[in-house]
Amino acid sequence: MSLRNAACIAGAFEHPTRLAPDMTTPQLHAECAAGALADAGLSLTDVDGYFCATDAPGFGPISMIDYLGLTVRHTDSTEMGGCTYIQHVAHAAQAIAMGKCSVALITLAGRPRSEAVQRFRPGAPESAFEQWVGLTNHTSYGMCAARHMHEFGTTSEQLAWIKVAASHHAQHNPHAMLPKVVTVEEVVNSPMIADPLHRLDCCVTTDGGGALVVVSPEIAKTLNRPVISLLGAGEATKGPSGGLGLDLTVSAAAQSGPRAFAEAGVTPADIKYASIYDSFTITVLMQLEDLGFCAKGEGGKFVADGNLISGTGKLPFNTDGGGLCNNHPMFRGGITKVIEAVRQLRGEAAPAVQVPNCDLAVATGIGGSLGARHGAATIILERQS
Amino acid sequence: MSARKRPAPQPNPETQAFWDGLGEGVLRIKTCGNCHEGHYYPRHICPHCGSADTRWLDTAGTGEIYSLSVMRRGEGAPFAVAYVTLDEGPSVLTNLVADDLDALAIGQRVRLAPQPGDADDIGDGPALPVFAAIGD
Repeated sequence: MSLRNAACIAGAFEHPTRLAPDMTTPQLHAECAAGALADAGLSLTDVDGYFCATDAPGFGPISMIDYLGLTVRHTDSTEMGGCTYIQHVAHAAQAIAMGKCSVALITLAGRPRSEAVQRFRPGAPESAFEQWVGLTNHTSYGMCAARHMHEFGTTSEQLAWIKVAASHHAQHNPHAMLPKVVTVEEVVNSPMIADPLHRLDCCVTTDGGGALVVVSPEIAKTLNRPVISLLGAGEATKGPSGGLGLDLTVSAAAQSGPRAFAEAGVTPADIKYASIYDSFTITVLMQLEDLGFCAKGEGGKFVADGNLISGTGKLPFNTDGGGLCNNHPMFRGGITKVIEAVRQLRGEAAPAVQVPNCDLAVATGIGGSLGARHGAATIILERQS
Repeated sequence: MSARKRPAPQPNPETQAFWDGLGEGVLRIKTCGNCHEGHYYPRHICPHCGSADTRWLDTAGTGEIYSLSVMRRGEGAPFAVAYVTLDEGPSVLTNLVADDLDALAIGQRVRLAPQPGDADDIGDGPALPVFAAIGD
């Protein structure tokens, strides 16, 4: 049994706000749900499965199900940090394949610019050994970048090309938080935040959210939308595992990626468009290597000279501007990665960045702390002719 | 720049001997009587093989920097976050102290230099397993 063609993404919606001081987080979830369902041509009463992560307000998924007015027969609040929503697409397909639901709604929302957000829960076994260290995302990902540079000679200028490519795409997105095109020089001359990562190596922080509707192939055929099928999915976790064999240059995507490609029966060379989780520039570089777009250690050369820019580069990535320039709602960029992949496969991306004949795409992400313990999720999506 | 508030670690039955050791200037890890591998942070059950036959080992408190990142912004900056690979094998997430943080580098030899923990609502926390460059 496999997930190949087990389900389709019928609806996708990215909330246009990036700053929402006068809204509530549940309200944002509801607006995203309405947007994705309208996009699919479905309504709240069609939904029989609901997915959110543990950041959603209330008690697991139960509060949001009641708030939204849903009646469901399947729920899932699997948590994998920012890449959760990529994983939720796969888990929704599993549930649909098993007959547990046929219209699954996935929502994310949050307002980290407008209210204090609790990101870490007490009681983790590692807390006493790590909290006092001051391991923020910046230093965690900074240590990965520092080690990658040490082992492979990767440079700040090469990492900067990732931001430059994202900015070239963001200029065509009217909702992008940072729509201005930047240069390699501007990235490497921006203030150092956590060595070797500069301010412009970091993603944006935004209020907002998004939603997806995953349906059975039978329902997808009845909707007046392009049919976007899930071909394969993979997930994995990785941690210091007792401190032996620590390798900060490889992410869990080295396992989630090959699993997804194997299930889909395609290779990285077949991919027309890639949504790559971009909390920091180094996050993108490591995933490109780990998914097999280039060999380990060759990521710096792969991303340089605009190779990720749509229209001129070999691998168009994050054509909405990504988390680096467009949107990273609630510190979680997974859902926007899926949404832009769906836009590309439908031919609905901004015209300047639309990949011609885009029929095969990957969305991959990292959740948690890359330099400590984290998860990865990868999905391969295809537009049915 | 204001000092960084470091949350006091809360010792528990699995980790009390670790924190007691630091008070005596010793960094303890756990080793396994079954697979003979060491691990950090310490657990009751070995994460490598699942055996409950784990014992405390006093390390020499020396190792080398695996990777580091100096935080330049926010409360208490600058401060160095690092993984130090102990001579006994396991790597430890820690802070590095040095007169010149910019002089720290991957591969450099370091030694344990415990620092007093910050006080919290309950009282002074246990000493913290911070490292310093050898020679500093």
